[in-house]
This record gives sequence, structure tokens and C-alpha cells, in this order.
Amino acid sequence: MSRLLEVEDLQVSFKTYGGEVKAVRGVDFYLNQGEVLAVVGESGCGKSVTAQSIMGLLPKKVSRIKGGSVTFEGEEILGLPKKQMQAIKGSKIGLISQDPMTSLNPTMMVGKQIAEVIKKHTDIAKNQIKVRVIELLAMVGLPNPEQRYSQYPHELSGGMRQRVLIAMAISCDPQLIIADEPTTALDVTIQAQILDLLKDLQKSLDTSIMIITHDLGVVAEVAQRVAVMYAGVIVESGTVEEIFENPDHPYTWGLLNSIPKYGSGEKDRLIPIQGSPPDLFAPPTGCPFAARCEYAMEICVQEMPDKKRTSETHHARCWLNDPRAPLVKDLISAGRAE
Amino acid sequence: MYIIKRFFTMLVTIWVITTLTFIIMHSIPGDPFASDADVLPEEVLENMRAKYNLDEPLPVQYLLYLKNLVMLDLGPSIQSETRDVNTLIADGFPASALLGIQSLVIALIFGLILGIVAALNHNGIIDYLSMAFAIIGISIPSFILAPLLIKYFAVDWGLFPVASWGTWLHTVLPSLALATAPLAIVARFMRSSMLEVMNQNYIKTADAKGLSTTGIVIKHGVRNALIPVISFIGPLAAFLLTGTFVIEKIFAIPGIGKYFVDSIFNRDFPVILGTTIFFSTILIITLFLVDISYRIVDPRIKLTSKGD
Ligand SMILES: Nc1ncnc2c1ncn2[C@@H]1O[C@H](COP(=O)(O)OP(=O)(O)OP(=O)(O)O)[C@@H](O)[C@H]1O
Ligand SMILES: [Mg+2]
Repeated sequence: MSRLLEVEDLQVSFKTYGGEVKAVRGVDFYLNQGEVLAVVGESGCGKSVTAQSIMGLLPKKVSRIKGGSVTFEGEEILGLPKKQMQAIKGSKIGLISQDPMTSLNPTMMVGKQIAEVIKKHTDIAKNQIKVRVIELLAMVGLPNPEQRYSQYPHELSGGMRQRVLIAMAISCDPQLIIADEPTTALDVTIQAQILDLLKDLQKSLDTSIMIITHDLGVVAEVAQRVAVMYAGVIVESGTVEEIFENPDHPYTWGLLNSIPKYGSGEKDRLIPIQGSPPDLFAPPTGCPFAARCEYAMEICVQEMPDKKRTSETHHARCWLNDPRAPLVKDLISAGRAE
Repeated sequence: MYIIKRFFTMLVTIWVITTLTFIIMHSIPGDPFASDADVLPEEVLENMRAKYNLDEPLPVQYLLYLKNLVMLDLGPSIQSETRDVNTLIADGFPASALLGIQSLVIALIFGLILGIVAALNHNGIIDYLSMAFAIIGISIPSFILAPLLIKYFAVDWGLFPVASWGTWLHTVLPSLALATAPLAIVARFMRSSMLEVMNQNYIKTADAKGLSTTGIVIKHGVRNALIPVISFIGPLAAFLLTGTFVIEKIFAIPGIGKYFVDSIFNRDFPVILGTTIFFSTILIITLFLVDISYRIVDPRIKLTSKGD
């Protein structure tokens, strides 16, 4: 499997009236060809900002990329000139956004909005574009695609709009699809349909997907690998099995404890993670999770732990994984955790 | 269906305006012959009142007027022996219409461009300059701007002719004087509308599609930003219509505005009524056109929908 996307030490800040918001503080992850990576983390941890940085969609005036690199197909794309970036956006990288209700132009036919992308990036003959759009609309499972072509967004439900946005994202056969919480705004039955659609499309188009979510159920459903993000850094990453069965970071434990467990006979109580994420105006020098961590040690508030690798694919940033740290099993049996 | 319904509403509106104007006009003191009352014998005045039906009771006068109005006859002018109100309007309308339409076009085109450019340079120098211009433009009334334009462009620099009417050059200064304030208002309106639209999610979608900045601004930004601005064209047209009265006076333009103003002083009842009805009709038609174009630009509003 070859590397499609590699993000290294990405740092992004926002200028606000209150000062500098350090939204992304050294994110690294990679994505292989044909793979589905889920980026999980609670609201405000910098998932969307990371996605926007990759696609060059950050609001120019208020944001600053302070460092790092984003390599796509072996080429650095961070800070690429506008024209070159425009050639990649919509063509090699497609975006499916968080909010289908507001992400389509209300005064343009949905078919035209898809046609626009194809016209920009391919040299399909003009009279063939509409045919292709209708084909795409059928592919994403919209009934009566010919009629849908000339409908306006307000005539479609949220789920249908998300399908239109998916059709738009795949219209030029992208190598990478970034799906930023594609199901958050939809109701549960529609969520499942949209996830199924994404899975099917990923297989049939053999594309890679970076799916952003705070729903571990979604992760288990679609992803092969997971990156867990907290306060602007990736605190743990690994394959789905590694993260679900053998997590190495207390934040990941917390996330797993806060979702219902399927198949376990007993009535498990959900354990929410106490406290709230740190202030990104002045992020702590040590581990950002230390303040909420039940296992925090002195070193945790003093210094940010390095990435510690436990397998080819699995690593975590936590002092507990340091050989000098006490075994957590001992801590649990000592009654510090439920 | 909608259009037919709309048409009848327009007729009713015109009838209401006619009735109100009729009542108000007759409730202000004085009549068309007040200034002649001292010099002319009573019998002559009686005769003249009879000629214009002014001796009839008011309800009868009102019904007579409506009867003529239905046949599109606005009646004779009392002041002018030779021309009736229809002729007055036909004579004055071309100049007024040229002035009004030209000002409307200037105000819209330059106002929209200024607003868009300012929004795209949000908080930049161009933004500040154009908004400074807009504030000045809004605050200076046309009757002050007009003499200033005349002083500099016509008298001092001799660039444009003034105080006569004939060639297109004559229309430039009055149109500018009339258009400046609406232009400034349109610019401010468009700027804030554009700023809001450019922050919408669908603009981010357009950006993520790899469209060029110009493509995004024109296809996705401007069209949506226009929607609230279109609804403003109605009041704008009203503003221009009434603005022409003042401007026509200052620039000595032979338009309807002059007759309208004079007719009020002279209590020339048929002219007051006729020009009021005419102006209202123009305004109502403009509002109707605005409404139609609103529905064309915004697909969420259907021509077939009930009510407004
Ligand atoms: N334009 C902006 N100006 C200032 N701060 C911003 C801006 N955009 C994002 N941020 C800040 O960056 C941080 C990360 O935001 P981001 O949108 O990436 O969160 P997220 O992980 O996507 O959350 P969610 O799950 O709610 O979508 C937040 O603290 C947010 O306040
Ligand atoms: Mg987000």
C-alpha cells in the first residue's frame, strides 16, 4: 500500500479578539491508498481545522499555518499557490461537509452545482456533462435522478442533500475524500444509509476516505484505522482492532467507556469523561489531557510525552507507556478507576 | 394566476389612492380661482366653476372623475387653456422618465459594483474609502449636491451644459445629482449582504470544488447577495420619483415634476389628481416588476404561491 496523504507536525492558529487560538498544535497522521481513516475527538479539538488545512480552505485573514507539512501523492501541498491548489480541490480531493442543509447554493439547481465541478476539472464534452451528473445522482442513490437535476436544494431533504454533496465530491474520481462529520446533522436511519453509501463508493471507486467524526460507532462501521485527536494533537492512532481492543491512551479509554457496549450481557453504566478540554488560548505545556486524566502523574503536567510505538501501526502519546511508569493494571486494582 | 390576482390588487390600489387624493385635495382650503376672486366678477367665476364641474356636489364630482379615469381621460387642466392633463403628462414624461431611469441604472450598476468590491476587500483600504464615500453620498441631500455639481462641472469647468434640456449631455449632471444618494445606499446594502453571503457554507463548498475566486464570487456570491437588495429597488424607485421633483426644478427640466409642484400651488385639481395617479401607477408597476424579478432570482419563491 502506498502513502497517499501524510500530515506532519501541522500547526494552525487563529487570530481572534481574545488572542491567538492554537487550534491545531502538531498533528501527524497518514493515509494509505484505498484506506479509510477515521479521525475522532470531541467537539472543538481541531478536526475540521485539520481537514480545512489539507484542502487549503482556512479563512485566510484570521488563520495562520504556523508549521508542518502536508504531502499528497508525494508532493507538498501546504502553501501551494492558489491556482495549483484549485486544480487539486474538487478533482483529486473531494470534500463532504458537516452540514448538508447549508452547504448547497440555494439559488442554483443541484445538477448544475455538480456539473460545475466536472466542467472545471475534466474535458468531458458539454452535452455529456448532464448525462454524467445524472449518472452520479443515480450512483449516490437518489430516486428520479433526471428530475433531481433541475431541482433546487430546498426541494430536497437533508439526507438527499448529503447525497448530492457526496455526488459532488466523487464527480471527478478523487483519490481522497475528506468527509467531515457527514452524518452528524442527519437522523439515525439516514445516518446508516449514508455510511453504507460511503462504504460502497469507497470500494467501487477504490478511493481513500478520511472520515471525521465524534461517533465511535461510525468508526467501527467504516474505518480501518483511527486517529484519536485531543486539544489539537493526535494522542493515539492505530488500526480499529488496536484502538478498540488494546487502547493505550486514557483519553481513548474514556471515549470507549462513554459509548454503549454491544453484545456485553450485563448492563454497563456509561462513564462520561469528567471535566472539559483545555483552553486553546493558553494550552498546557504538558499533556493536554492531564487535567482530566485519572492516572495523571507529576511528569504529565510538566512535559508532553513523545509518540510511543507499540506496533507498526499503533502509537500513543502518554507517559503511562514509558517503561518507568507504573502499570495501569496495578492502578486499577488499587481502586483508582472503576 | 398570481399575475392576474396581482393585476386586480394594483387596480384597487390605484382606486384607493385616487379616492384619498381626492378627499385630501378637497379638504385643503382654497380653490383654483382663489387668486382671481378679487378681479373677476362673481358670474364669471360661477361660469368657470361650472365648466370644470366644481359647482356639483363633491360625490358627483368624484363619480364624474372616476368615470373619465376608467376611460383613461385625466380631464382638462384648469391653469392651461390649451392642454389637458393627458397632454401635460405626455409632454413631460419623456424627460422625467429619462432622468429617472438613467439615475436608477447608475445607482444600481455602480452601487452594486461598489458594494461587491468593498465586501471583497473587507476591512481593506478600498472598503473604507467606498464606505466613506457612501456615507457622504447618503448624507448630502440632492438639492445641495445639485448646485455644487452645477458650480464645478458646468460653471467653473464648463464640462456640461446646464439650465436647458436637449442633448444627452444635459442629462448627466441631473442624473448624477439624483443618483448619488441611492447609489450610496445600494452600495452599503450590497456590501453587507455580500459579506454575509461570502460567509455561508455553500461558498466554502464552492471553494472546495476548486472554482476560481471570480467564479465563486459571481456565480455563488453575487446572485444570492442580490436577493435582499432587489427588495430594496421598490423604495428606491419611489425615492427617485419624488427626487425628480426637486431636481427638475433646479435644472429647469421640462418634466412632469414641475407641473406637479405648480399644480399644488395653483389648486389645479385635475393636474394634482392626474399626476398623482400617474406617479402611483408607475410606482405600482415598478413594485410589480421587482416582485417578479425577486421570484426569478430566488427559486424558493414560486410565482404560483398564494399571497406574498
Ligand atoms: N475561523 C475561526 N476563528 C477562530 N477560531 C476558530 C475558527 N475556526 C475554528 N476555530 C477554533 O479552532 C478550534 C477547533 O475547531 P474545529 O472546528 O476544528 O473543531 P472540530 O474538532 O471540528 O469540532 P466539531 O466536532 O464541533 O466540528 C475551536 O476551538 C474553534 O474555536
Ligand atoms: Mg468540525
